[in-house]
Amino acid sequence: MCIASLALALMLPAGAAEPEILITIKDHHFVPAEVPAPAGQKIKLIVKNEDATISEFESVEFHREKVVQAGHEITVFVGPLDPGSYEFFDDFHPETRGHLVVK
Amino acid sequence: MLATLIVVFREVLEAGLVVGIVMAASRGVPHRGRWISGGCTAGVLGAVIVAGFAGTIASAVQGAGEELFNATILFAAVCMLGWHNIWMSRHGRELAMDATKIGKEVLEGTRPLYALALVCGMALLREGSEVVLFLYGIAVAGGSSAASMAIGGAFGVAAGLAAGAALYYGLLSIPLRYLFGTTSLLILFLAAGMASQGAAFLAAANVLPSLGDNIWDTSSLLTERSLAGQLLHILTGYTARPAGIQLVFYVGTLIVIGSLMRLFRNDPSAAGGQRAPVAPKIS
Repeated sequence: MCIASLALALMLPAGAAEPEILITIKDHHFVPAEVPAPAGQKIKLIVKNEDATISEFESVEFHREKVVQAGHEITVFVGPLDPGSYEFFDDFHPETRGHLVVK
Repeated sequence: MLATLIVVFREVLEAGLVVGIVMAASRGVPHRGRWISGGCTAGVLGAVIVAGFAGTIASAVQGAGEELFNATILFAAVCMLGWHNIWMSRHGRELAMDATKIGKEVLEGTRPLYALALVCGMALLREGSEVVLFLYGIAVAGGSSAASMAIGGAFGVAAGLAAGAALYYGLLSIPLRYLFGTTSLLILFLAAGMASQGAAFLAAANVLPSLGDNIWDTSSLLTERSLAGQLLHILTGYTARPAGIQLVFYVGTLIVIGSLMRLFRNDPSAAGGQRAPVAPKIS
């Protein structure tokens, strides 16, 4: 049973099982700036831009980049990641930074 | 202003270098300027249109529209670059040996200039749409800083183009008989790097598994945020912390294009006078 469900989980295109994590961009800061995330599984990041300016959510360390228009939100799938700290930033405002803390 | 300059420069740099390589690879081909500038113009126009529909694209396909769009453009560019290289391995030697003896049909008709024009257009389309969104955001925000940021943006574009021009003139200093071998090698790695980037987008869209996220980690030696790291990233696909799927696509692209180049290589020892084949006469 357990093996069967594991096999099924591997075969199916990843469904809605990924944990969702919300990151908000507000006043050119990531809220929260330290984002806890589980290790060893694919996660779904939702990045919401509450500023009036356009942003690009980017990370070299988990290599993702995606434009987030003012007042919009985007979803990005990340991982599975090993434990550690992964930096992300707003490529259009490079001083806006945060970390994904994977445990 | 400086911050804007750097942001725009980073976005334009990739397109600038791609155009520089393409210009060098098409050296001596009649009408290449028309083709390549046409491709670039179409790319810039496309970038403005894409920027206009950015919201629609981003929310398409359950929020994976931007990734799928980027991956599609990248893989299309990989195919065009591969096609160019395979063609060059067939005819490049003739081009390098004596440009005056090459049949007109080789230079003009069969030469895949459209492939190179498309590559330029796609590079500008992808990078350009982000620049347009970014600069439009500044313009909309208005205020006293908008003017200085616009100047920064203009300098950023100029600096990116200058980098492409520097690469182009650098490549031109290579003797003609080695030039096309060099550009084909550059294009091979450029294509592999683009395929790896495309694979990362598909993993971000949850279409492909990442197959391990940090196969190695050289970020303490060289990150892609540094200028050297970014140059290496654009030209060879260097990634400090690559995902497994990126390596699969990178190596796969090298193998597929490389072996097709070998397969179609024009071997002078086997043919003696195997020049451009004469078109069959219809009487």
